[in-house]
Amino acid sequence: MKNCEYQQIDPRALSVSPQSAQNHADKKLQRPRRKWQVFPGKNRFFCDGRLILARQNGILPLTLGLIIVTSGLFFAFDCPFLVTHLTVFIPVIGGVLFMFVVASLLRTSFTDPGILPRATADEAADIERQIDTSGSSTYRPPPRTKEILINQQVVKLKYCFTCKMFRPPRTSHCSLCDNCVERFDHHCPWVGNCVGKRNYRYFYSFIISLSFLTSFIFGCVITHITLRSQAGKNIVQAIQESPASVVELVICFFSIWSILGLSGFHTYLVASNLTTNEDIKGSWSSKRGAEESGNPYSYNNIITNCCVTLCGPMPPSLIDRRGFLPPDEVISVAAASEVELPPFIPKSEANMCTQSTKDALERMLHSTDLHGLCPSGTPKTTPMVLEVLSAPETKELSLSSGCSHQLARQAVVDPCPPFSKNNRRDSLHSINPAFRLASPSPTLSRSVLVLGEGPDIVFSPQQH
Amino acid sequence: MKPCLLTVSSKVFIQRDYSSGTICKFQTKFPSELESRLDKQQFEETMQTLNNLYAEAEKLGGKSYLEGCLACLTAYTIFLCMETHYEKVLKKIARYIKDQNEKIYAPRGLLLTDPIERGLRVVEITIFEDRTISSGR
Repeated sequence: MKNCEYQQIDPRALSVSPQSAQNHADKKLQRPRRKWQVFPGKNRFFCDGRLILARQNGILPLTLGLIIVTSGLFFAFDCPFLVTHLTVFIPVIGGVLFMFVVASLLRTSFTDPGILPRATADEAADIERQIDTSGSSTYRPPPRTKEILINQQVVKLKYCFTCKMFRPPRTSHCSLCDNCVERFDHHCPWVGNCVGKRNYRYFYSFIISLSFLTSFIFGCVITHITLRSQAGKNIVQAIQESPASVVELVICFFSIWSILGLSGFHTYLVASNLTTNEDIKGSWSSKRGAEESGNPYSYNNIITNCCVTLCGPMPPSLIDRRGFLPPDEVISVAAASEVELPPFIPKSEANMCTQSTKDALERMLHSTDLHGLCPSGTPKTTPMVLEVLSAPETKELSLSSGCSHQLARQAVVDPCPPFSKNNRRDSLHSINPAFRLASPSPTLSRSVLVLGEGPDIVFSPQQH
Repeated sequence: MKPCLLTVSSKVFIQRDYSSGTICKFQTKFPSELESRLDKQQFEETMQTLNNLYAEAEKLGGKSYLEGCLACLTAYTIFLCMETHYEKVLKKIARYIKDQNEKIYAPRGLLLTDPIERGLRVVEITIFEDRTISSGR
């Protein structure tokens, strides 16, 4: 693109493209996009990114439905009888349990289980460089594992080809959600989400409270039918009077085995600080000896293990669903305006820079962790141009990515690989690939703001 | 106003150190690419402070258990009004990194990126190269 060259550009020749770019930019500016909208995993988001769910969540309504129907039947048909014959606390306890179950279930389903964001292009390239010692042209890469020592135990870290990083210990890639999840337990279809580090405690409280609820309803229904049949009628008559009880009995009977079994199993896992994944794979079972287990994560104390798993500090979500995407919109606006900028005079370099400084300031204010960087596949990062203006008074650096200069032309010309944010305006990107640099930290953006005044002075001569 | 150019010459990634388990800890080994720019001691001090801050965030103790239990009792609605201990420490870390960048790294043409922006996988250090060109005005 000739716009990348450091020479005078005839604005008339570009009258079409800035226009269309401007329109496109305006359109885009109206709808700033959030990161959840471009999330690469197979997840569904609700409430503008606040709630996350797996894509295959068909069974969650069934779970909710079963719980609500059973509890509803219980409150409608069994409670009136039991309140009159026993105590009013029965529906109260039932109500509390029901609320707790539903709250835990919803919490488990809609919480980010501990998804690890995929590695950026730079990181992936860096890791590739580190493991590719031979630099050979063999197409098939060698199996990538890394062995580390945790508490005198050898743990193998596997490389995730989808997320392009070495998985931290206890992390597993869920194929259903296509995400790496920290402390991956299992993917629960009943809950419609993976169970991992961040929602395990909700999952555990869900199954425990559900066990209590099912047992409670089961017991109450049995009591109800017994009481009815004792009052001079036989059991068949009692059932006929309250058919809903039978429905509840059947549901509770079948679910109680599985729920109680699951609760027991997970209590064991919590007490030994294991995940379902590790238990099934038997990662640590071979070392059963003097110690309780060969599990390097266990504190060898049941109470400590329970506390750590269930009451430990709540880690934050790493995927930043509601953050805004790095402004493609600002990029396009900047590019458009920059193209319009007629660099008639020799000091156009400074002028272009000043204009792009302003644009970059806006960009930096919206800087986020996502960034696309041109040619990531090359072993050495292609030098991108950053425009730096130093104020005459101070030595502060102001970073702005803006102008493409002849120096960086070779970087510019390369068509950039998939820009993950579905940006279709590749032409503009080749003008200013420098826009797609990693966003600098807010520190430097602040210093940019401070110096924002300076460049304007240089800008003015261009007016005539 | 003398414009000068800084190019991103390379990036160094400090990986996680899993020797103590799954807690968030970064390697303190001084990368060779920074040898010309930075003091080894300075770097190690930065990394050690970061590690200490993360350890503080993930510390298991009476306070964190209390927070967990209180949250459970209020059906986790308490987090609508107050932020977790972890989040408070993350803010502290962000301030620390900003401070380090201003004082130590930016003057040397380096830039630390907050690990939380990289999913706590790496500490990314961007190395800038000064390529001042003459303006010829």
